[in-house]
Amino acid sequence: MTMNDVLTPTKMAKSQPWGRVRRGRYVADRALKVTCALFTALGAFVLGWILLMLIVEGVSGFSPALFTQTTPGPGTQGGGIANALVGSLILTFLGIAVATPIGVLAGTYLAEYGKGSKLAEVIRFLNDVLLAAPSILIGLFVYTLMVQPMGSYSGWAGGVALAIIAIPVIVRTTEDMLRLVPGSLREAGAALGAPLSTVIMQVSWRAARAGMVTGILLATARIAGETAPLLFTALNNNFWFKGNLMGGVSNLPVMIYQFALAPYQNWRELAWAGALIITMSILALSVVARLIVKRDHVR
Amino acid sequence: MSQIALNTSSAIGQSTADAHAPVRIAMRNLNFYYGDAPALKNVSLDFHDRQVTALIGPSGCGKSTLLRTCNRIYSLYPEQRADGEILLDGQNILSPSVDVNELRARVGMVFQKPTPFPMSIYDNIAFGIRLYEKLPKSELDGRVEEALKKAALWNEARDKLRQSGLSLSGGQQQRLCIARTIAQNPEVILLDEPTSALDPISTGKIEELIEQLREEFTIVIVTHNMQQAARISQFTAFMYLGELVEFGPTNKMFMTPSKKQTQDYITGRFG
Repeated sequence: MTMNDVLTPTKMAKSQPWGRVRRGRYVADRALKVTCALFTALGAFVLGWILLMLIVEGVSGFSPALFTQTTPGPGTQGGGIANALVGSLILTFLGIAVATPIGVLAGTYLAEYGKGSKLAEVIRFLNDVLLAAPSILIGLFVYTLMVQPMGSYSGWAGGVALAIIAIPVIVRTTEDMLRLVPGSLREAGAALGAPLSTVIMQVSWRAARAGMVTGILLATARIAGETAPLLFTALNNNFWFKGNLMGGVSNLPVMIYQFALAPYQNWRELAWAGALIITMSILALSVVARLIVKRDHVR
Repeated sequence: MSQIALNTSSAIGQSTADAHAPVRIAMRNLNFYYGDAPALKNVSLDFHDRQVTALIGPSGCGKSTLLRTCNRIYSLYPEQRADGEILLDGQNILSPSVDVNELRARVGMVFQKPTPFPMSIYDNIAFGIRLYEKLPKSELDGRVEEALKKAALWNEARDKLRQSGLSLSGGQQQRLCIARTIAQNPEVILLDEPTSALDPISTGKIEELIEQLREEFTIVIVTHNMQQAARISQFTAFMYLGELVEFGPTNKMFMTPSKKQTQDYITGRFG
């Protein structure tokens, strides 16, 4: 057989008739595609609008003073948000530092030890409830738990409130990521005579590391913008952090809350600038989280 | 039938069974249950020292289950249990007083799919050694090298010991897992269909490797591939529905099996 014979076959098997697909099927197919695209565009448009407004309003409030001066008092000109930035960093760090060990260990318990146990099931359910709890409720809870007995608003209370928001997020992602680690890997560890604790710390955690770190970053992004839990705990003020977490601690979200509706032009500008900075930080954290996951998949 | 029997027989007899080899593992009246469902029924079977024993039989016949009792890996799952006796050098390993982790260091296992840990090639092998021995760095290096050489992976891996074990090909990963197991100096190596996820060339390498490892270890291998069982084993056990149907030297099992069921299976009439 020559090449030509292959290219122009002389005898072909009898084919089925074409055109058996109903016209309506093409229409339905196209209609769903267009509808989905429209609603996606709508969502993206609203999001884009918010971002655009934030950037336009926020950038106009940008100045070097933003990062060097403290928040102004009523009726004073200028001012910055440096104290709120520092305070927010401290509170967020405190919250995530408290939440990470608790969340990671609890998530590890659920995924590795509590398989099929009733207790684990109850904890998992309560964690999901906590995940959806209104954050103002958590603020009130910490207010009664810490602020009232201690007789003062404090950064400590703010950090604890933020930690309570972050814990269920970390528990959930840790458990989910550990569940993705194939059981065969654990069996392989056990087959070498490794006790469960060694298998968890050296095999499971390593295998799930990227996902777990991502979960912690996303929890950080989540609490960085939380306002309600700080309203009753860390409160806010116009002063530099003085190395003491007792008393109010200035922070971005509550600053935005208070300044955005104020009758002073410079306050409103500072609120926009603060909102832009928070949004950009959260965006940066999310991008880093994605990069970590991506790098893990490539490897 | 004779055609297939001839085909398989041509590959048999590379090394003949040594029936006088001492017994390393002796199973006596072993029963196994997944919850209430029995998976092994009254199995009694010997694995001889420095011999390869192949476990064959149709899917679900209990060959993997049998393998998984030898290092008690099944005890990771609370609903699984075994009764009877499995004597390793005279000690019943099913006894609760036996430390399972120590047992597993003595009875190594390699799984169907390669299971490299998400760490460097070096650390994959050092993992098992570090569990039971505190060695100075130089000595540990030596042990890692020795294990990689024994697993015929040294030439391919010597320049990338610090790279992730996941960067190796499937066949190399499986040899890494074998290296990891032999690095612990076990007495017995259990292989659960170690080549079923590999291409023919990788399979060939693993089979050669098993042939060499036999000089040092007692090897039990579960395989779906009858030719493989014939090629690499000295003893063969045929299982069906949780029971041991026939056990004997591989060449006898494949040439003149005494049970009709065995003959039907190895000639491809069922299974």
